[in-house]
Amino acid sequence: MAKADMLGASLWDAYSNKVTTLMNNPQHQGEIFEADAEARGHKLIVADFGAESCGDAVRLYWEIDPANDTIVNSKFKSFGCGTAIASSDVMTELCIGKTVQEAVKITNIDVEMALRDTPDVPAVPPQKMHCSVMAYDVIKKAAGLYMGVDAATFEEEIIVCECARVSLTTLQEVIRLNDLKTIEQITDYTKAGGFCKSCIKPGGHESREYYLVDILADTRREMDEEKMKAAADAGTTGNFETMTLVQKIKAIDAIVDENIRQFLVMDGGNMEVIDVKVGDEYIDVYIRYLGACNGCASSSTGTLYAIESTLKEKLSSRIRVLPI
Amino acid sequence: MKVYLDNNATTMVDPQVVEAMQPFFSEIYGNPNSLHKFATASHPAIRNAINQVYSALNASDNDDIVFTSCATESNNWVLKSIWIDKILNGDKNHIVTTEVEHPSVLSACRFLEEQGVKVTYLPVNEEGIVEAHTVKGFITDKTALVSVMWASNETGMINPIKEIGQICKEKGVLFHSDAVQAVGKIPVDLQNIHVDFVSMSAHKFHGPKGVGALYIKNSQQLTPLLNGGEHMGGRRSGTLNVPYIVGMGKAIEIATTNIEEKMASIRAKRDRLEDALIELSDTFVVGNREHRTPNTILISIRGVEGEGMLWDLNNGQIGASTGSACASEDLEANTVMLAIGADNELAHTGIRLSLSRFTTDAEIDYTISHFKGAVARLRAISSSFAVQKPTKGGEVKACELHHH
Repeated sequence: MAKADMLGASLWDAYSNKVTTLMNNPQHQGEIFEADAEARGHKLIVADFGAESCGDAVRLYWEIDPANDTIVNSKFKSFGCGTAIASSDVMTELCIGKTVQEAVKITNIDVEMALRDTPDVPAVPPQKMHCSVMAYDVIKKAAGLYMGVDAATFEEEIIVCECARVSLTTLQEVIRLNDLKTIEQITDYTKAGGFCKSCIKPGGHESREYYLVDILADTRREMDEEKMKAAADAGTTGNFETMTLVQKIKAIDAIVDENIRQFLVMDGGNMEVIDVKVGDEYIDVYIRYLGACNGCASSSTGTLYAIESTLKEKLSSRIRVLPI
Repeated sequence: MKVYLDNNATTMVDPQVVEAMQPFFSEIYGNPNSLHKFATASHPAIRNAINQVYSALNASDNDDIVFTSCATESNNWVLKSIWIDKILNGDKNHIVTTEVEHPSVLSACRFLEEQGVKVTYLPVNEEGIVEAHTVKGFITDKTALVSVMWASNETGMINPIKEIGQICKEKGVLFHSDAVQAVGKIPVDLQNIHVDFVSMSAHKFHGPKGVGALYIKNSQQLTPLLNGGEHMGGRRSGTLNVPYIVGMGKAIEIATTNIEEKMASIRAKRDRLEDALIELSDTFVVGNREHRTPNTILISIRGVEGEGMLWDLNNGQIGASTGSACASEDLEANTVMLAIGADNELAHTGIRLSLSRFTTDAEIDYTISHFKGAVARLRAISSSFAVQKPTKGGEVKACELHHH
């Protein structure tokens, strides 16, 4: 949030001229009928995506020459807003002349790029990016119908953000490599979540299988677990410096139990570890004397020296013991 | 021709209102709370505005009508101060409202839920009306407040506020109504109808934006939302917005003078427009027009997506509105249309046309013609009216998870 957000931009003003022109006058809207296609020796494929009840729907028609799998003509019908109609129109334009195998490689990003007036200015505002995703989905469905395979087989990886086409594995990698902690950082690094925002968390524009908030939380948890496991492994091999705080306290307790506590108890006293603080120079171990040790003259001289030197020897030369 | 049919969103300021406001910018600009003549010079006009508002609503002299910045402030004030007075500092813990309230009520209620208050969101019937017996059924010993809008911004449907007020009075529960879409459009008589708190906003009845009011029956307790100087009897701090208060007074006076006549004139144009539009096949209008504010039509047009329709109307210089969603970040169906039990299919096809007393017959004629042309164009593109069926396996049964 900042000055630029104080007045929400007008949605329609952000459309490219091409979007406006095609919305007002789509070039490929219409139908192709099965009988006509067959009469020309071609095969007709008709695929729907979305529904009126979803808020937008598109029907894609491909007239295919079976001799070479080429889409010789394509039309669309659309229930949707301006960007949905313009995206559908450009989608059919991109399909015509391609083979089915080539057409299935058209992505929503290709559709959106084709709607731009100039290459570096987006054709639609972020929240409208999803309209071109629909074009991508219906192409895959049509290709699946023609080739007799499930549309899902054309997708090689799990796409979390469809607007920017960012996959689950990419997101996990980027979070790990750059130690990302927030959704804003993920958007900065990958553009995921920067458009229609549906993939950020449940309750957005459309419901999704994966959400960035969950991916971030899961990946962070995995990273923490790995860190702890690494620290635990380090603990068993005795690398005190790399242990977590809890492991450090346990290690100190173990040394105290093994080497020191018995002598204190014999004199009617005891001690406990209160805290450990790791500084640049020292690792400070805060302890509290109990029973007879409390107030004993030796507790700040001989006994203290014995405890500190034992811990230094067994764990780390940087240890400093501070009774409180 | 330009036609503005979005008067439930905001209205043109009546030129007579602008004229009434004019002296209070650069001529009579003293702070009314000061002692000198610069200050007191504004007092007659403010007193007049207060009289105009009390008289327009038939409020008793024992009631308070406090000027605020807008109805959003008025709604927030009631909900948050009832929370402070009756829940945090009392033994209540429950608020009853409806699913179809304005966001300033709904999101304030959600905020209160986060603070631990129980909120019941009542449904509306198939006409979009909140039924009085439904309200009655949800009031408990713990209910601090019932908040039901007087008339709906989306459908124009008028709720049975008199009956609900009676129920609340009998049950001893405070009653608030957001009357933003009622004041200035239909008669609002606050001595005939029992309501404890009523919110309103000047810009919905040809007054300026940035001024509204909250009516408080019998000057009863309601902790201030804004703390500061002792303005408006200590109820709402902030230097009095003199020109806007004067404007609101003038606007409410004009709107409510001969209101039956004004309503009849707007209703005649609205009905003519509505009759012409429902001649189109596969259309329906939400709610019986006898139970609606006289200026509103919410029409659903099968196969024509709301934002697409707005686009075509806008190309024809007609300003309308849609609750349907493509225009917002959230593509959910129009909640009001879902609440009235419309099919999901129809919930994305609603167009709201809201007239004002400035709407002319010529504008209605133009709108009818352009509207029909837009429907014809968009239905020609629409997949809903396509003839060639999908290839086997290419159909869609319901919303697919992958998209929506």
